Amino acid sequence: MSGVKISIRDLHLRYKDGKHPLRVINLDILTNKINVAFGPSGGGKSSLIRVLNRLIDLSDVEELSGEVLLDGKNILDADVDVIELRRRVGVVFSRPIPLPMTIAENISFGMEVAGEKDKKKIARQVEHALRQAVLWDEIYDRLDDPAYSLSGGQQQRLCLARVLALEPEVVLLDEPTSALDPVSTTKIEEFLEKAKEEYTFFLAPHNQQQAARVSDFAAFFLQGEMVEYGVGEELFFNPKKKETADYIQGRYG
Amino acid sequence: MNLISFSEAPKVKRDRNRIQKIGFAGLRLITVVTILPILGIVAYIVAKGIPALSWEFLSAMPRDGMRAGGILPAIVGTLYLMIGTAAVSIPLGMAAGIYLAEYAPDNWWTRLIRIAIISLAGVPSVVYGLFGLGLFVLFFQFGISILSAALTLSIMTLPVIISTTEEALRSVPYKFRVVGVSLGGTQWQTIRKVILPQALPGIMTGIILGLERAVGETAPILFTGATFFLPHLPSSPLDATMALPYHIYVISTQIPGMPITIQYGTVLVLLAIVLVMDIIASVIRSRARAKRQW
Amino acid sequence: MKKTEKLITNTIRIAGSSSILFVMLIFIFLLKEGLPALQDISFSTLFSKRWYPIEDMYGILPLISGSLIVTIFSMVIALPLGIGTAIYIGEIAPHNVKEILKPMVEVLAGIPSVVLGFIGVLVLSPLVRTTLNLPTGLTALTGSILLALISIPTIVSIAEDALYAVPGSYREAAYAVGATQWQVIWYIVLPAARSGILNAVMLGVGRSLGETMAVMMVTGNAPTLFSRLEAFVSPVRTMTATIASEMGEVASGSAHYHVLFFIGIILFLFSLVVNITSSSLSMRPKRGKDQVVS
Repeated sequence: MSGVKISIRDLHLRYKDGKHPLRVINLDILTNKINVAFGPSGGGKSSLIRVLNRLIDLSDVEELSGEVLLDGKNILDADVDVIELRRRVGVVFSRPIPLPMTIAENISFGMEVAGEKDKKKIARQVEHALRQAVLWDEIYDRLDDPAYSLSGGQQQRLCLARVLALEPEVVLLDEPTSALDPVSTTKIEEFLEKAKEEYTFFLAPHNQQQAARVSDFAAFFLQGEMVEYGVGEELFFNPKKKETADYIQGRYG
Repeated sequence: MNLISFSEAPKVKRDRNRIQKIGFAGLRLITVVTILPILGIVAYIVAKGIPALSWEFLSAMPRDGMRAGGILPAIVGTLYLMIGTAAVSIPLGMAAGIYLAEYAPDNWWTRLIRIAIISLAGVPSVVYGLFGLGLFVLFFQFGISILSAALTLSIMTLPVIISTTEEALRSVPYKFRVVGVSLGGTQWQTIRKVILPQALPGIMTGIILGLERAVGETAPILFTGATFFLPHLPSSPLDATMALPYHIYVISTQIPGMPITIQYGTVLVLLAIVLVMDIIASVIRSRARAKRQW
Repeated sequence: MKKTEKLITNTIRIAGSSSILFVMLIFIFLLKEGLPALQDISFSTLFSKRWYPIEDMYGILPLISGSLIVTIFSMVIALPLGIGTAIYIGEIAPHNVKEILKPMVEVLAGIPSVVLGFIGVLVLSPLVRTTLNLPTGLTALTGSILLALISIPTIVSIAEDALYAVPGSYREAAYAVGATQWQVIWYIVLPAARSGILNAVMLGVGRSLGETMAVMMVTGNAPTLFSRLEAFVSPVRTMTATIASEMGEVASGSAHYHVLFFIGIILFLFSLVVNITSSSLSMRPKRGKDQVVS
């Protein structure tokens, strides 16, 4: 039985402009597994991801209540070191966003702002991260090229490597392959499967086929509430709630 | 526009096209009338000023009550003023611009700051001169000096630098800030390592244009730092100084027997400085556009 | 490291609010040195019709009227030329012509006003004198022409921005119903850009009113109240020129000194009104945090 990496209790999120993305979320994110949240857009998955590494701090929040326990400590507390949190819980966005720098500088950015000065250590870590993201072989000879010059799939793997370079415990992925071609998509899905021994993943896929393919545990989100939760494929073949079944069968999307 | 019958259509179309031809011709004429003086003035100054230019003119001290010799002290004075203005207005202006673009909350105090910047931008240059006189020359007792003049010019240049800094920063896509912060960077680290470098060309363009104006202004330095006759180059910030704009004013209106060539030569020097700064700013702008990474 | 960051962030915050401090300082010092004028001289004398400091006459009406005449007439010249050029550059000129014209207008913007004043004294003023058969070429008219040249770049640039800001969909819709380009410009684009163009006008007026050197050099500096049309081609004196030319000769603290500062207050207040009005005409949407990732 897997441990619980992040325990979400009664999470409630409302923005100042009235939007209400999360209502009473209770969810466990299990260690070293690929945890998936899927459902129609507007369901709250992206908002949840932004809560999990406190990126939500950048938005105009009216109310954020409940508990999000990372290894037992509530990350919503005021005394939490948010910078440190974001190194432990990394995020990959739905569109690749390479920083306007070279490939190497992109990967080493996190380490440099953390205060790492040892250039050799940084270089080693850069290589390690790029290998993990299955990108090293393609670009090892042009690390000083602008990251902007890479293809879309390569850029997204760059963004992944950027996060991995910080040796996070959890990696959040918000529709990571929605802008990618099938080959790149497969590469990233394979990475997830191989790397889950080292990391805990929380993924919001952009279609349910991907959800079915990769999930160890899946949660169905609808309009800010988590409707149902199940182990891997079971949820997709044997949904217990009607809303889940309707969505899976394509009655709405 | 009225509805027309089908048979009238060709005539209406001809009329419309004729109106357009006349209108466009008129606008072309207006543009020519506007542009021609610019070319004319520059060409005229170049033509009449070049005979005066020589190494001696640029590097020697003036003689015979400014009627002969060189204009070195005016050039040097202008340079000192530019450096002094840059030293104060660049750090202050950039910091204020960074504040407005990255830190300022959306409240009444911020709105007040913006109103203040707009107000500063519109103050007539001679009023800046009065202000500089009242505050720096008299109140702080810096006297008529490079210090007083440079401080006055700095405040005058501030709005331009603040505005261009803010705009340059805002033109960098927001998503980079989110990424920087999500990788464990603080707000300042993200600004310093990601946003600012990308905004730098735009900021530099603004700085150059701001300094260009400061260099050419006469009224703010009239009673704060400029003097007509200086037997030697200024040796400290508390000295008064000669400066090109003021020099031009005096030699063209108040010195009888002033050789015309020297007048045009002096004007050409100032014009050349300004045009060179224009070109530099332009080059920076176009190279930045080519190298953009988003 | 956290401490340095805190220090930097605080410095940025303080710098951000500095513009408010400077505006207040300007206001305070102008008032400090200018309000005593109301004690030194009775109100009615101050607003009387003769400005003759040697005989203790400090009527500022001729100065105000001088400023108004040259400004108004300069706008009569500058507005059609400036807006017409803006329309041509923005809507009609082919791309490569545009790329030449825009830098040229920017060159005019960079030319120091003392240089234009210089050309005014040596070239324009004799021209005016001989063409119109006048006793002197230093007149309100000459000043207006120079002021027009000075304000045109501002007007062109702001008007061009205003035209550019009109959504392409407006134009497309008009073309779709068969309008000619001229009709699109005249009936659709110009009305849509109305507030921006008004903004350009205001800034042009502000620029003209605040100009010092050029007018000082060519308007003849005779403080006469505008009473007949001929005053147009006679010397006048503006508020700005008065301050600039007389400040150097007054005793600090004298009545004359206070009145000059008082004129400065008037100029300052006027520029505030112009600029704050113009900024509220150009409300720009701010880049928001809504343009975020995912």
